[in-house]
Amino acid sequence: MFYRESGVFKTSYAADMGLLPLPNTRWAVAGLLVLFVAVVPLVSDEYSLSILNLILIAVVGAIGLNILVGYTDQVSIGHGAFMSVGAYTAANLIVRVHAPFWIAVPAGGAMAALIGVVVGIPSLRIKGLYLAISTLAAQLIIEWVINHVSWISGGTQVSIQVPPPSVFGVVLQSPWQIYLFLLAFVILAIVGTQNLIRSRIGRAFIAVRDRDVAAEIIGINIFRYKLLAFAISSFYAGVTGVLYSYYLGIANYEQFQLDVSINFLAMVIIGGLGSTLGPIFGAIFVTLLPIVTRRVLESVGGLFFQASDLSAVIPSLRLVIFGGLIIFFLVVEPEGLNRLWRNIRNYFRTWPFSY
Amino acid sequence: MRHVTRRPLMIAAGAMAGTWFAGDVKAQQKEILIGSQCDRTGPTQLVGTVFCPAVQDYVNLINSKGGVDGYQIRINELDNNYQVPPAIEEYERHKQEGMVSTLIWGTPQAEALNPRLEKDKIPGTSPGFGSAAAANGIKYPYLFPLAATYWSQGAAAIKFVKDKFGGDLKGKKIAYLYYDNPAGLEPLPILKELQGIEGFDLRVFAVPPPGVEMSAQILDISQRYRPDFVLAHLFGRAPSVMLKAMKQSGYPLSKVLGFVWASSEADILAAGGWPVAQGYYTMQFVGVGDDYPVIKEIKAMYQKEGKPPPKEMATSVYYNRGIQDAAVHIEAVRNALKLTGGKPPTGEDVKKGFEMIKDFTLGGLLPPMQVTAADHEGGGWVQIFQVKGDKMVKATEWFQGYRELVLRKVNSTS
Repeated sequence: MFYRESGVFKTSYAADMGLLPLPNTRWAVAGLLVLFVAVVPLVSDEYSLSILNLILIAVVGAIGLNILVGYTDQVSIGHGAFMSVGAYTAANLIVRVHAPFWIAVPAGGAMAALIGVVVGIPSLRIKGLYLAISTLAAQLIIEWVINHVSWISGGTQVSIQVPPPSVFGVVLQSPWQIYLFLLAFVILAIVGTQNLIRSRIGRAFIAVRDRDVAAEIIGINIFRYKLLAFAISSFYAGVTGVLYSYYLGIANYEQFQLDVSINFLAMVIIGGLGSTLGPIFGAIFVTLLPIVTRRVLESVGGLFFQASDLSAVIPSLRLVIFGGLIIFFLVVEPEGLNRLWRNIRNYFRTWPFSY
Repeated sequence: MRHVTRRPLMIAAGAMAGTWFAGDVKAQQKEILIGSQCDRTGPTQLVGTVFCPAVQDYVNLINSKGGVDGYQIRINELDNNYQVPPAIEEYERHKQEGMVSTLIWGTPQAEALNPRLEKDKIPGTSPGFGSAAAANGIKYPYLFPLAATYWSQGAAAIKFVKDKFGGDLKGKKIAYLYYDNPAGLEPLPILKELQGIEGFDLRVFAVPPPGVEMSAQILDISQRYRPDFVLAHLFGRAPSVMLKAMKQSGYPLSKVLGFVWASSEADILAAGGWPVAQGYYTMQFVGVGDDYPVIKEIKAMYQKEGKPPPKEMATSVYYNRGIQDAAVHIEAVRNALKLTGGKPPTGEDVKKGFEMIKDFTLGGLLPPMQVTAADHEGGGWVQIFQVKGDKMVKATEWFQGYRELVLRKVNSTS
């Protein structure tokens, strides 16, 4: 009853093409923008902001991976490596030529995109699990190269220290400054993906996903669009890597190993493939769940275990519960958290006068 | 496109959840919180399941004796599963709870936390982890390796081998068998420099992760290269695989020296037990065995509660390292309390407390290290133990290898 969809008449092509066609939606988005840009940094403390920042970084990467896995149906378990490509490209630019963030971030993304295209070439011939293995090979090769080519990996322990970014002469150091910096990229990523998906390119991706032979017959250049999907997705991954090294103050390949690639795949699948909202849910879920589980175990664990055993029990139990909950949510709704959310939304859409 | 609307709602929920969790206990009076990141799960669990209980045991021992100058020590142990993002979250949580210092677990975690340590002025320890360059207290003011770094280990290994061959290494052949990751590669510059100085022949053999297959490298070493000594810098399951393969190839283990993560009782048991590893030399930055007063005190503490001594003590290498990590923190807090005159110390005070650590050996368990504002490694002392019968026997006293060369390297690296 609050959310009216009827009675909206469009009188121009521009209105018809709008990203947010409904007035209600526009108000809601504006409200959320105010909430996240103005209210959240004011009311959150440093600890909450540190979690939020981790989520924001994960959201960029998950949205990017979703373009590849969700919209184009190509698997990649090399995204951790693409992130490290972005991170090291940016770190080298920042340290060697003092590149500002508006060069370092796109450059990191572009380099990752380039590598992503090369890694994506096998996708022209192979699909599914076979493609997964070939991207896995890319992950291992990139890790090896970074580990052994000191021209790329620089300093000691294959890590490069990255100074915090400066925007309009202000060096971003406090958590809320970093938060706003990351939030800007998340908004860019969301708007960018939304627009990409409803464009000619996005529809081509979806056609390739649904049936690539059919897509080819209706005139879509498979070669071009598969590689484009790899490029765009890797670009996001590269940007994620750069943001990550800005946030941590260091680029280190051990932060982008295979488990990171798997984690991002988990985010996309748990959140729901082929939607923009899904990976956001997924990123929140995968980042927050271990933290929440531990907090819950800490507060109720004393009822079941001796206090002296608790510190030994919690870490292991947390993993079990984490895995169990992932299975639970996927069984309840195989299409992911996004679908769950849409079910709830559809129920309340006509509430209380459902028909 | 309607579903665009509610997308950020979930983020909002996340944000609110975050704020809600934040309303947590603040440090109580007469209590000092030391943050502890310690992994009982994940790739380093073989170490952590022994190390972390030892940390707890030592803190309990101190508290049962009345704490430090009337302050009880609280240690909040969190497990980051050897991943970096959880380490950040845990660090921020400990910080919010008011910790004065933190135990760090893992090399990438130490690297990632270092900028935060500096910003928040909270000292962190990473014994056996972290880059060797962190020994430089001027460039890494709040990171304390407090144990021989990989550079010191490499230098000490060469010194040990040199002493074994009567002080001359000219023309000797040394094989360096290492796990192919940044930590494994780290001692190489030191070894190469020493090769120029001492005139030995050095050949390197990389073991690709996860290090469970190295028969080709071992064959190469034992049949083709036939070195006079082997230095093995391996992690995780790799050391036990190496011991087994060396035994099979017939190469005498009395000509093999394992670096600090290839040197525990658990590795030897996993390789098939003590008979397999006879003669094997291991490098240690903390004493091995239970013949130290502090271990006896912990046993007595358990006995008073009517419990048997903890089973983790069987792997004394990692258990004693846990004692070391906890002990240096508490010693630093003790020093800091001297500085503040009994007032609750800040992170900065504890940092100064770390830099006052001197002649703190817990009856020989710890090396005679001296930490200064410039040297956060404390001297880079190691001890070599040799497997004899069913235990490790001390083969050398505490010693440093080529200290000037290591320091030069530490100071010249950014």
